[in-house]
Amino acid sequence: MSRVLVGVKRVIDYAVKIRVKPDQSGVVTDGVKHSMNPFCEIAVEEAVKLKEKKFIKEVVAVSCGPSQVTETIRTALAMGCDRGIHVEVSGKDYEAMGPLQISKIFAALAKKEEASLVILGKQAIDDDCNQTGQMTAALLDWPQGTFASEVTIDGETVKVVREIDGGLETIKISMPAVLTADLRLNTPRYATLPNIMKAKKKKIANMKPADLGVDMVSRVEVLRVDEPPTRLAGVKVETVDDLVAKLKANGTI
Amino acid sequence: TVCTVPSALTGSALFFAAQRCIRALKTVQAEHAPPQHYTWRRNCSSAVMPRITSHYTIFPRDKDPRWEGVEMERFADEADVVIVGGGPAGLSAAIRLKQLAKEQEKELRVCLVEKASQIGAHTLSGACLEPSALNELFPDWKERGAPLNTPVTEDLFSILTEKYRIPVPMLPGLPMNNHGNYIVRLGHFVHWLGEQAEELGVEIYPGYAAAEVLFHEDGSVKGIATNDVGIAKDGSPKDVFERGMELHAKVTLFGEGCHGHLAKQLYRQFNLRENCEPQTYAIGLKELWVIDEKKWRPGRVEHSVGWPLNRNTYGGSFLYHLNEGEPLVALGFVVGLDYTNPYLSPFREFQRWKHHPFVAKTLEGGDRIAYGARALNEGGYQCLPKVTFPGGMLIGCSPGFMNVPKIKGTHTAMKSGMLAAEAIFPKVTAEDPASETAGLHIPEYEDNLKKSWIWKELYAVRNIRPSFHNYFGLYGGMVYTGVFYWILRGKEPWTLKHAGLDSAQLKPAKECTPIEYPKPDGKLSFDLLSSVALSGTNHEGDQPPHLTLKDDSIPVANNLAIYDGPEQRFCPAGVYEYVPLETGEGMRLQINAQNCVHCKTCDIKDPSQNINWVVPEGSGGPAYNGL
Repeated sequence: MSRVLVGVKRVIDYAVKIRVKPDQSGVVTDGVKHSMNPFCEIAVEEAVKLKEKKFIKEVVAVSCGPSQVTETIRTALAMGCDRGIHVEVSGKDYEAMGPLQISKIFAALAKKEEASLVILGKQAIDDDCNQTGQMTAALLDWPQGTFASEVTIDGETVKVVREIDGGLETIKISMPAVLTADLRLNTPRYATLPNIMKAKKKKIANMKPADLGVDMVSRVEVLRVDEPPTRLAGVKVETVDDLVAKLKANGTI
Repeated sequence: TVCTVPSALTGSALFFAAQRCIRALKTVQAEHAPPQHYTWRRNCSSAVMPRITSHYTIFPRDKDPRWEGVEMERFADEADVVIVGGGPAGLSAAIRLKQLAKEQEKELRVCLVEKASQIGAHTLSGACLEPSALNELFPDWKERGAPLNTPVTEDLFSILTEKYRIPVPMLPGLPMNNHGNYIVRLGHFVHWLGEQAEELGVEIYPGYAAAEVLFHEDGSVKGIATNDVGIAKDGSPKDVFERGMELHAKVTLFGEGCHGHLAKQLYRQFNLRENCEPQTYAIGLKELWVIDEKKWRPGRVEHSVGWPLNRNTYGGSFLYHLNEGEPLVALGFVVGLDYTNPYLSPFREFQRWKHHPFVAKTLEGGDRIAYGARALNEGGYQCLPKVTFPGGMLIGCSPGFMNVPKIKGTHTAMKSGMLAAEAIFPKVTAEDPASETAGLHIPEYEDNLKKSWIWKELYAVRNIRPSFHNYFGLYGGMVYTGVFYWILRGKEPWTLKHAGLDSAQLKPAKECTPIEYPKPDGKLSFDLLSSVALSGTNHEGDQPPHLTLKDDSIPVANNLAIYDGPEQRFCPAGVYEYVPLETGEGMRLQINAQNCVHCKTCDIKDPSQNINWVVPEGSGGPAYNGL
């Protein structure tokens, strides 16, 4: 019987209007409503379902970030994870943190915890990178089942139905493996109040990236963040000649 | 039937929504016969009205075949005190209880439930905070880092005409004089109170709404139950359905803010309003703007009355310059909900007020970063209900301690929470509570209120708001305030009455003139939907609309027919829309429940009193950040 690592990311809630900081170094996060990345919720739900079906023994929820991410880990615990790991990253390291650093952390933890599966959301809704799962698999040299819309465990292998551009692709990969959850994999359960209360008693271990031998230096430097340009109103013209004249006037032709 | 399609829609959700639409269509045609009185003028009497309401408070689940066999047992837990609502009143009560417990070395379990996803996310206020209650609660609030960063330095009051401004001197002694007060972002202040409460050991559960009051066999309040989750839009159970949880307590405090939905039930249940006037309200709309630094005057407080409202519509504006690093101003508009013209739109009055030269010059070149709205109490002294009943009590803006001419209610809300805690503490920690009922009845709270400065304050200003009900409207009220309050300090021996229920004040549409509002220019004034987007509001799309109608046919038959559908205008979030029926002639009401910002105005102002706001799934609603 095996152990599964699930990654959960605390992101700005999808319904909140994003505002760029006045110094253009990033977006405003202070006091803004955050919640668990929707694809991470689906990943947690899948892991808990696998445990309920008795394919795996323990689900460990992992999140990287400052102290606030423990709320996100608690939600995962309330949904049914057994224990949590909070990898503490804050300040400049947190702002520069990206898929490469996260995947290094997850690779180290997967080895340390002897996990048979690492389940992640396919992407985060704040950066839309869609890289962490793939990088983690590469660092571990494990097979990967990404964009999973159906997961079935069969002994030491996993059958994954993947959502791809052409339709659905079914693959069989051996464990240990990395899976990333896509939208139609399941409908996440609610974290109900009695479970939140019980989750307060579950353990969340605290550690730093250095404890896992991971170097957080980023190879990417954000120069500037801008709002997308406001869409200009369209202009109606009466005749084709007017159209040509306007296009010539603004230098398009 | 039509399923309103939520904006954040995905392939599979659309599929399931379509499935449910099809299922619902089959049931609607069978059970819904067009009501007989629905033959009004042009409206086609043979059109089948699609069902709007599916909530279990209107259609009980024990009679619903779709709920047969569903496990309805709830998990229950016991606390000493349960508090509904994480606002200034609820948090102050929780903090005071834990302070007393620490002082007297007693154990006390205090649980607080709050429907917002985080403490402060549903909080909206001007606000100029009078620190009187805070000084009592935390004399060391400054060391603790309370976010009171902007002392008031300048206080301006104006009467606006369409183009000009008449300054009114802010004499000391006038109720809205703000010397010694602080401009705060109340959401941040409440968040800070939440942190203090957690440090003291209060169990705070944001994201869980109190949906039901529980009663002992003897009729006293036993506690509350949180909302069920996983009910589909048509009222049927989903796979993820789970019952809410019961929290039992010796005494339950209800601090839901203005016009709470559980308080509404409690008024009826315990007849708490038999000796007071019906509460009257106003709607307050607010925006936060980052303005040009050259125009920024930190600490400046501006209030105005007059344009764009006529002299018989109570209301006015506020504009506060905050001092928190960036050039931020908090501004907004308040309209009394006793207005008579159904064509009035508080939102559009707010938007057009910003074009007044005196206001526009501050906002020009600035950026709007936040929007929100909330109803507030205007009744004051005459409308205070009985606040204690077996097993519970009402605190804060729920019974309504706002000092209307001062435009402040936070200090009295906090004080009421503290007084409640002080009355409760000896009783819940006593070996033998000696209570006649299972839930403790603690009338000492009401006695304490009557002896406190809250009572004196509210009594002194009791006649100011009702004095507006005269031919001269606003100007009569100002004269009254100048003579009786400023000179006599409210000692006149009479108590004026309010005009009655706000919902009864609307005149039929044919007796009123539609108001020509200017189009929003996108720089100073904005349209409704982009404003709603800024509030960050959202709800799980697949749940029964929480704006429930007691009778689905009344909106078109009554509200639209007689009053031209005032809910399309007074809702600050665009929840209510009258749209043409797909089947030809006639209109139907479409409720966009996902837009709701929990302001409660519809429940208050609906002339048919047909709308009953109930709490949606927890953590739904606006995501205000320091409003």
